[in-house]
Amino acid sequence: MGALFTKDTQAIFWNNNKSAIQRMLDYDYTIARNKPSVAAIVAPTSSNKFEKFFYGSDEIMIPIFRSTTEAVEAFKNADVLLNFGSFRTAYDVTMEAIGLKGQFKTIMVTAEGIPERLARKMNQAARDAGVTVIGPATVGGIVPGAFKIANIGGTIENIIKSKLHRAGSCGLVTRSGGLFNELCNIIALNADGIAEGVAIGGDRFVGSVFIDNLLRMEDNPAVKYMILLGEVGGTEEYKVIEAVKSGKIKKPIIAWCIGTIAKHFSSGVQFGHAGASANADAETAAAKNKAMMEAGIYVPDSFNDLPAKIHEVYTKLKSDGIIQEIMDTKVQEIPKLRRAKQFICTISDDRGEEATYAGYPISSVATPDTGFGIGDVISLLWFKKRYPKWATEYIETVIKTVADHGPAVSGAHNAKVTARAGKDVISSLVTGLLTIGPRFGGAIDDAARYFKYASDNNMNPAEFIAYMKKQGKPISGIGHRIKSVRNPDLRVSGLKKFAAENFPATPLLDFALEVEKLTTSKKDNLILNVDGTIGILMVDMWRALGYEEDEIDGFIDAGALNAFFVVGRSIGFIGHVLDEKRLGMPMYRHPMDDILYNVEKAQDIE
Amino acid sequence: MAQRAIREYDGKAIFSKHWEEYFSGFHYEFKSVLVTSGAKLKEKSKEHGFEWLTQEPLVVKPDMLFGKRGKNNLVLFKINKPGDVTLDDAAAWIDEKNSHVTTLLSGQQGQLTHFIIEPFTPHTQDQEYYISATTVGEDDVLYMSAEGGMEVEEGWEEKVREVHIPINMDDAEMEQSIKASIPHDIPKSNQASFTSFAIQFFKFYRDMNFAYLEINPIVMLANNNMAILDLVARLDDTAGFMMKDAWGDIEYPTAFGMEDQSPEEKAIAEADAKSGASLKLTILNPMGRIWTMVAGGGASVVYADTIADLAGDVSELANYGEYSGGPTTGETKFYADTLFDLMTRHKDPKDRDKILIIGGAIANFTDVAKTFTGIIQAFEEYADKLKEHNTRIYVRRGGPNYKKGLKDIKEAADRLGLNIEVYGPETHVTDIVRMALKK
Repeated sequence: MGALFTKDTQAIFWNNNKSAIQRMLDYDYTIARNKPSVAAIVAPTSSNKFEKFFYGSDEIMIPIFRSTTEAVEAFKNADVLLNFGSFRTAYDVTMEAIGLKGQFKTIMVTAEGIPERLARKMNQAARDAGVTVIGPATVGGIVPGAFKIANIGGTIENIIKSKLHRAGSCGLVTRSGGLFNELCNIIALNADGIAEGVAIGGDRFVGSVFIDNLLRMEDNPAVKYMILLGEVGGTEEYKVIEAVKSGKIKKPIIAWCIGTIAKHFSSGVQFGHAGASANADAETAAAKNKAMMEAGIYVPDSFNDLPAKIHEVYTKLKSDGIIQEIMDTKVQEIPKLRRAKQFICTISDDRGEEATYAGYPISSVATPDTGFGIGDVISLLWFKKRYPKWATEYIETVIKTVADHGPAVSGAHNAKVTARAGKDVISSLVTGLLTIGPRFGGAIDDAARYFKYASDNNMNPAEFIAYMKKQGKPISGIGHRIKSVRNPDLRVSGLKKFAAENFPATPLLDFALEVEKLTTSKKDNLILNVDGTIGILMVDMWRALGYEEDEIDGFIDAGALNAFFVVGRSIGFIGHVLDEKRLGMPMYRHPMDDILYNVEKAQDIE
Repeated sequence: MAQRAIREYDGKAIFSKHWEEYFSGFHYEFKSVLVTSGAKLKEKSKEHGFEWLTQEPLVVKPDMLFGKRGKNNLVLFKINKPGDVTLDDAAAWIDEKNSHVTTLLSGQQGQLTHFIIEPFTPHTQDQEYYISATTVGEDDVLYMSAEGGMEVEEGWEEKVREVHIPINMDDAEMEQSIKASIPHDIPKSNQASFTSFAIQFFKFYRDMNFAYLEINPIVMLANNNMAILDLVARLDDTAGFMMKDAWGDIEYPTAFGMEDQSPEEKAIAEADAKSGASLKLTILNPMGRIWTMVAGGGASVVYADTIADLAGDVSELANYGEYSGGPTTGETKFYADTLFDLMTRHKDPKDRDKILIIGGAIANFTDVAKTFTGIIQAFEEYADKLKEHNTRIYVRRGGPNYKKGLKDIKEAADRLGLNIEVYGPETHVTDIVRMALKK
C-alpha cells in the first residue's frame, strides 16, 4: 500500500462548490500538476454543461454531469469522489458511488450530521467494497505535492507557509479539520512538513479511523513518523496502542488527545465534535494520553507543549539518519490579477503561426491534395471531429441536394424581390435566409426530431402515426406536392442509394420507410420527402459515428440540421440575387389585381 | 449534537403511534399523561378519553430523564397499600414535589417540573421482563432478560443475554440470532410471544432511529396485553429531518440538575439552527474571569484544555463555545455582542482584570477579516463596558485574509482604547493563553 493519492489522482466533485474547486486547481497549478485534480463536477440540478475555472492565469472548463454514473462514464480514471452533498443527500451520493464497482478507491464525505444509522450503513458498505471513506464531517486530506482535497490547507499562502506544496516526512491524522491546518503549521515550524495527512472527521461514526490511516502510513515509505491528534470520547486510540504493542506499527508516533477539560465537568457540556464525549473512564482524554504514553508513544505534557515534542522527535530521527534533508521544490506563483474571459472558443484558434480549424492548420485542409473537402471542414468546425469519408461525403451530398429549388419557393422569391429593390447581395441573401423556418426548410429539423423520438420510445410505425395524429401535427418529412410512389423524387432516391452503399447501417431510415408504407397506402403522395430523408439520415450518420443519443438531441436542438439547409440554400439564393443583378430587372411591385382588398372603416371604441 | 434523551412520555407516545405497525397481535393502551402541576392533572381528567384518571388507581413519577426513581422514593403508587392512589392524591403529591428543590441520591439537584401519570398495573414479579437496545462500537446490541425492574440491574452479568447485530445483517439472520439468544429462564408458555416481541422491538428501535431504547420492566399480562412500566430513550437527532412525522412533536429537555439554558445560550442556539455556520455557547461560570471567543470545534477544545491547565482553577473559565463554518459578519457580531454583554455583567470578585481570548486555528475557508469585522462592530458597542472591567484582549488567528483581519482588529481596538495583543500563525495556537495568564 502506498500513498493515499498520487500526482495523477483525479477526482469527481459532487456539488459545484466553486471556491473549493478553485482552491484545488490553484494548488494543482502551484505544484505544477499535469492534469487538473478535478476531472468533472456532478450537479444534478444544474443546466450548465461546464464550469470555468482559473488554472494559473488561464481558464479551463470542467464538465458538469447530472449524476455520478454519467461522470464516471466520461472519466473512468477518476478514482476519488469528493462528496459535498448536504447531510440530507450525502448518504445517497456515497451509496451510488460505492455501487459503481471498481470505480472509486476513496470517497470523501464532508457533510456533518448524517443520521448515525445511515453513516454506519455507508461506512460498512464502503468497507465491504474496499473503498476508503474519509469523513463524514471532515475537510478531507492531502498528499503534499500530489493531491489536495477541496479546502484543506486553506489559502495557497498558508499552504506554502505550512510546507504543504511538497512532501515532508510526517504522516498526520487528526479528528478535527480546523486543527489539521494548525498541526501542519506546527509541523512545518518544528520539523519538515507532512508526507500525507487526513482529518478523519468529527462525527461519531466515520469511515476510516485513526488505525486505518496509520497502518497505511506505516506502509508508505515516504512517511518516517506519525502524529496523531485524538479527542476525548471513543476508543479508537486504543486500536493504535494495540498496533504499537503488537509491532504492527514500528514507526515512531507522537500523539495527543484534546479535551482534557472534560474531566472538570460532570456531564451535559458537549466539548467539540459529536464524536467527542466520554462514556467511560477509558474514553477520557487523560486516560488515553496516559495509555498512549505507557505504550511508548511520544505524548507531550499538554497541547501547548506539542510543538517542542515534535521538534525533539524530528531532530532525533534526523540525527539518526532516518530523515533526510528535504529539498524545497519550486512553486508556480498564482498571478495576483486574474480576469474571467468573456468569450470561449473551442473550434478554431488564430493565435499561432497559422490559424487552425479544430487543430488543423488551414493550409492542411484547403487545397485538393489535402484530401479534405467542404464536408471535412464542416465536420471540423461544426462538430470538432474529423468524420470518415462516407460521412463527409454525405454532408456534401446534402448541401448539393438542397442548394436550390427554383425561383418560386418563398425564400428565393424574397431574395429576388429584395435584389430588385436595389439592395446588395448580403441584404438580399439575408432576406432569403430569414424566410427559413417552420414552413420553409424547417422540415429537416422536425423530421429528425419526431422520427428519432419514435425510435427512442420504441414506437412501431402505426403507433408513431397515431402519436403524431394525437399531437395534431402532420408528420414532418412525409408528403410531397407532386411526387408520389409512382413518380418518385429522384433526389430522395439518390440519397437513399448513397446511404445504402456507404452507411454502416440506417435503422432510422428503415423505420421511416416502414412509416412511408403505411402513409402511402392511404394517399399516394404521402412519401418520405427530401427534407425527411436528409434529417433522418443525419441521425443515422451520427448514431453510426458513435454519438450518444443526448448529444444527437443536442445537435437537433441547437439547429445543426437547419444549418445544413442554410449553407446549401445560400448557394442558390446568391445565384438568384446575381441573376437579378445580371438581368438588371426593375423594382418589383405586386399587381394590385392579384390582391383581394377587403377593408372596412375602423370601429371607434369609446 | 447527535444522541439526545427524550421524556418517558414522548417515548411511549412514539410506541403508541406505531404500535399496530410493529406490534400487531400485542395490545398496548397508551394511558399516560404528562403534566407540570396538580391543577393541570385535574383539568386533564375532565377531557374526553382521560376518564381513567378518575376511575383507576394511579402511579405518578417525575419524567425528567433521570433514572432510579424508585430508589429516590419518587414513585407514588400507594398511600396505604399499593394501588390506592387517587387523582386527588396524585395532584397533591405533584404539588408538594414541585414546590421545593429535590436532591437525588446521585447528588444531582433541581426542581421537579414534569410528571407522568399512568394507571396502576397489578402484576406479579414473574410477569416482568427486561429489554433494551443501543449501539456499541459499530454494532447494534439487543439486551434481554427474564427478570425486570431493579432485579436486572443487580446481577446484570448473569441475568442478561445480549445479541450483537451488525449494521449490514439482514432481517432473516437478525431474527435467527435473536431467537437463538432468548433467555432460557423465560417460561415456556411465554417464549414464543417474547421472541416475536423482541424481534419487533429491535425493528422498531432501528427504524425509528433510536440511539438507546430501554423498557424496564416490560410486563407481559394475560392475552398478549403489554404494559410499558418504565422507559428510557435517546434519539439520534441527526435523523430528525427524515423522522418528523414518525416522531411527532419531540422536546429535548435539559438533563435534571443541569440549569436550564440561559436566554443568551438559547438565543445562540436559535441562531445556530438557522445558520449554515456553527454557533455554540455554554456558560460554565457567569462569574468567571476568562472568556473565550474561539473559532472552530477543535480549537475551542484546546483553548479550554489549556486554560484549565494553566489557570490553576477551572472555575476561572467562564464559557465554552465556538463559531465556525464561515459565519456571516452579522452572525459573528451577534455572537460577540452576546458574549461581551455576559462578560461585563459582573465585576471580578477579586477585582482582577478580565481576559478575553479571541482565538482560533488557521482557518480552511472562513474569511478571517469578514468575521473579525463582526467582532469589531461589537467592540464599538461594548468598548466602554469592556474597559470598565479592565479587559485584556488576546487575539490569535490564521487563515484566509488573516493579515487584514488582524490589522483591522488591532486598529479598531487601539482607536477605542482597548487593551489588545494580536498574533498570527507564527505564534502557537494556544500560546496567548499562557501570555494572558502570565500577567
